[in-house]
Amino acid sequence: MTDTPFTIAEAETTLFARLRRWWSGETANPVKRVQFDRPLTPWMFLLPQLAVVAIFFYWPSVQAVTSSFYLEDPFGFGATFVALDNYTDALTSRGYLSTAAFTAFFCVVVTALSLGLGLLLAVKADKVIRGAETYKTLLISVYAIAPPVAGLIGMMFFDMHMGPFTQMAAWFGYDLKVGIDYWDTASALIVISVWKQIPYNFIFFLSGLQSVPVSVREAALIDAKSGWRRFCDITLPLLAPTAFFLLVINITYTMFDTFPIIDVIVKDKPANNPMTLVYKVYLDGFKGNDIGGSSAQSVILMVVVALLTVLQFRFLERRVHYG
Amino acid sequence: MAHLSLTNVGKTYGGSAQAAVADVNIEIKDGEFIVLVGPSGCGKSTLLRMVAGLETISQGEIRIGERLVNQLDPAERDIAMVFQNYALYPHMSVRDNMAYGLKNRGESKAVIEERVAEAARMLELRPYLDRKPRALSGGQRQRVAMGRAIVRQPSAFLFDEPLSNLDAKLRVSMRMEIRKLQRRLGTTSLYVTHDQLEAMTLADRLVVLNGGRVEQIGAPLEVYRAPASTFVASFIGAPAMCLLDAQVENGTVMLEGHALAPVAQAAGPVTLGLRAEDLRITPGGVPMRVDHIEELGAQRIVHGYVGDQALAMIDTSEAPLPETVHLGVAPARVHLFDAQSGRRIEAAAQPVAVPAE
Repeated sequence: MTDTPFTIAEAETTLFARLRRWWSGETANPVKRVQFDRPLTPWMFLLPQLAVVAIFFYWPSVQAVTSSFYLEDPFGFGATFVALDNYTDALTSRGYLSTAAFTAFFCVVVTALSLGLGLLLAVKADKVIRGAETYKTLLISVYAIAPPVAGLIGMMFFDMHMGPFTQMAAWFGYDLKVGIDYWDTASALIVISVWKQIPYNFIFFLSGLQSVPVSVREAALIDAKSGWRRFCDITLPLLAPTAFFLLVINITYTMFDTFPIIDVIVKDKPANNPMTLVYKVYLDGFKGNDIGGSSAQSVILMVVVALLTVLQFRFLERRVHYG
Repeated sequence: MAHLSLTNVGKTYGGSAQAAVADVNIEIKDGEFIVLVGPSGCGKSTLLRMVAGLETISQGEIRIGERLVNQLDPAERDIAMVFQNYALYPHMSVRDNMAYGLKNRGESKAVIEERVAEAARMLELRPYLDRKPRALSGGQRQRVAMGRAIVRQPSAFLFDEPLSNLDAKLRVSMRMEIRKLQRRLGTTSLYVTHDQLEAMTLADRLVVLNGGRVEQIGAPLEVYRAPASTFVASFIGAPAMCLLDAQVENGTVMLEGHALAPVAQAAGPVTLGLRAEDLRITPGGVPMRVDHIEELGAQRIVHGYVGDQALAMIDTSEAPLPETVHLGVAPARVHLFDAQSGRRIEAAAQPVAVPAE
């Protein structure tokens, strides 16, 4: 962790300052500068990484942006330039907007639950002395499950005929219909996604808790009688860097990495099931063969995520104290 | 402010047969400065933490004032603790660090402000009140830790090796400041250190601990003049007291066949304790082969052997020394310990006529 709070704005200014100096041939510390005999050598070292980024990120991105302005023939025979039609179509379609609303809801609920439960488990596991390793291993092991497998396991639990969760709901007189009822499916998606993400948060929160110096905790023990007060005033602020990092990671997770789980649950089910924007991009593009429309959607998604990231760093990270 | 009493206090950790602390009895008067001193692992920190409430008490009773505190939470014991690594809250300003405990006790804003201002004035922390701990030097952090203790106006201060993270020079000045502050506030204090010099200079009374047991309790000079055991003798004072095998014959202590000084103790084999600073070069004294000399400027420490037993003396002259020096000691400065148990052997009730020192 850095010693000073680091914001995008600062990063920009230092980056520009560096670029300027580089342009005018200065170096911050000439002694430390590594000299290459040939100007091409450093580029050779960079090449593999640059190639990977270019082929797997920039090229598809550019493709997505260009094709979002075209209406493509479903059989790939030709494309017609339609300017912003794909965007207006997406943004005015009720289906797209309701998916966007669900994604936002899903994002908030899954992030909040998996962060909250991860933190709760970490705090509890941190207090365990005897058998601590066993607890930790048991809690972390879920992380080793691949998302599609997690989806399958979840599917079995929520199965309409033999799933234990469906049976449990039946004891209370509730007919759980995952895959048919919109909110039942949504609940199942949330439960499975949260379950899959808890271990990740748990590991980071636990290591964050263990990096809080023992003496600081003891000082707090003398200063405050209530455990809840100590947690809010001392432990939580010291966990803030971890929590911020996890917040960013969790939002990314719910938006993108839940794809396989949604795929397993929603695929081959009757329509009107909840899904996230990412899944809709896939569905419209590959199942609906609407390449232009799905490209436009993915560009919108890219912009949203970029905005979200900037917002997080601008407004949240300022409140984070790095020890 | 209150007196503090520890009665038969003991601590045994789960899974360990041996007690970390056993049978500690200390009565601490109101306003007294007590230093717990001993080598690492002697249980001094454990004892302090038991008073603080950070460790449970296995046996015995601890009272602060008239209150039995065995079962109380640390926050309810009305104590303040200064930790070795300061233990400041890194995300809070100096002001908030000091105010936090008071806020939790429901003190009014005005009271908190007044006490923080007073502590900041006393510790010269006023310019730093709005800084975070990471922007302070080690000495300043230590002051903040002290300030945090002072503002609470507790019954007792507990110090857990508060100076050991500071450099040598700062340690000396902070030591004096702590002493002055404690005198001024008159708060009962319990201070843990492994540094015998710190212990000697700070304490009203020393508690020397060894292996979880109290070896001796007494004023620094008392402990220095009359160490209760060979352990205390070798721990308090620098350079350490030399301990040698000797014999008492006919009211005289004999070292390697040479008469050293008249003593009143019973005859037999003893452990003889001699402090380097008590030995004088005396014609006709015990001969010591000089091995090497440490020059300290104001004085020098002469290391040598009597027979094959190592001995050291402090010499203040600058004259060159012969290969063998003859040493004498005032009888009052001869310490005798039981050869088996290591306990001090006091002079018999009827002291022999001792020539004036």
